[in-house]
Amino acid sequence: MTDRVYVGTRKGLFEIARQKNGAWEIADVHFLGEPVSALLPDGDALYAALDLGHFGSHLWRRDGKAWRELAVPAFPPKPDDAADDPHPWSLGKIWTLEPGFVPGRLWAGTMPGGLFRSDDGGESWKLVDALWTMPERRQWMGVAGGEQPGISAVLVDPRNPDEIRIGVSTAGVWASHDGGKSWRLMNRGGMYNEYMPPERREDPITMDIHRLARCAAHPEIVWCQHHNGVFRSEDSGISWREITAIKPSKFGFTVAAHPRDPNTAWFVPAIKDEKRVAVDGKVVVARTRDGGKSFEVLHKGLPQRHAYDLVLRHALAVDDSGDRLAFGSTSGGLWISEDGGESWRAPEGRLPPVNAVRFG
Amino acid sequence: MATVAFTRHLERFLQAPPAEVEGATVGEALAAVFASRPMLRGYVLDDQGGLRRHVACYVNGQPVRDRARLSDPVAAADRIYVFQALTGG
Repeated sequence: MTDRVYVGTRKGLFEIARQKNGAWEIADVHFLGEPVSALLPDGDALYAALDLGHFGSHLWRRDGKAWRELAVPAFPPKPDDAADDPHPWSLGKIWTLEPGFVPGRLWAGTMPGGLFRSDDGGESWKLVDALWTMPERRQWMGVAGGEQPGISAVLVDPRNPDEIRIGVSTAGVWASHDGGKSWRLMNRGGMYNEYMPPERREDPITMDIHRLARCAAHPEIVWCQHHNGVFRSEDSGISWREITAIKPSKFGFTVAAHPRDPNTAWFVPAIKDEKRVAVDGKVVVARTRDGGKSFEVLHKGLPQRHAYDLVLRHALAVDDSGDRLAFGSTSGGLWISEDGGESWRAPEGRLPPVNAVRFG
Repeated sequence: MATVAFTRHLERFLQAPPAEVEGATVGEALAAVFASRPMLRGYVLDDQGGLRRHVACYVNGQPVRDRARLSDPVAAADRIYVFQALTGG
């Protein structure tokens, strides 16, 4: 069980702690007023990526109580032969931070689509050249709300830290079997993109991977909340099967996988594309416990009238026990469950729009 | 020696006091400041060394013309001022 939740918002990093009486309360606030684009509790350290409107992206680490700024992932000088690259060679923002399951190793997925690796706890970063310089990368497309492609998920196999999957909005699922030295496009079949022209509808590189989540105990099981629906892979992302039983809608941004049960996952559906708000003004969590054959719509403790909350890619988290979940919304809602999603409670307070939620 | 001053908004993140530096161009003058304050560079310049999109840089009260390569000339006693362009939210 994890008694602490970190919430990265448009205006600061909020630390939510479980009290002795079982209530969850805001215990501390860091970087108040600054946009937090990603965060990662890792052992005793806490990493926070700030996406400052004027002054670029910056990475900070807290050890004990003191925050310190680290080096930030940076792109190398743009060579002359890259003049026609449609994407900038400059960090937009850090979108996801993940542990590498090797002491000191971290991965940072960014906009405009660069993947960075640190082997010294974030003190220094190196662009994964093999991914950035491959010709196919120039076909990657921008994300809605931004002109740049973004790496929305980095999954590292806990059994073998060289086995890596990344999900890209918008460029499908990519895999490396050698710690990032080489890459290939993975999603061979099963996914489709309704909005693409018919001849590109099943092209793997056009897939908008909103979020990937894998079962820690069974890493070959990968769930995907795709722009077009929900998919599940049982072979580490090579082939996919659409999950059509999801309700109340198949659109959404986020997914969380149970750490041990390969058949359990949670989603937060929304009305698709044009609207992007909760369906019927009701905030609900969709849970499957049978591998996607059926779903329960969980709502106890969640607002059920005139709630227009949207939950973004990194704003749903499950703890190591699989019992505790937390999610935050673009309306500043935050809800925590201690019973696998059956019931939810909101800490007192009104938060800024939520980008990222993690237990730690 | 030119003077380089930074918006006080940066003090939320790091120290950025005014500095007197040598340099024939805006780029050289800024580089002289960043040599002693390396973390400051990323707040002002992007990865390719140009001014960040929402950062403004003026010399003697006029905006610099070359935001990408920072080649505007700087003379002794010039005043360089780095601040944020206003955005909403």
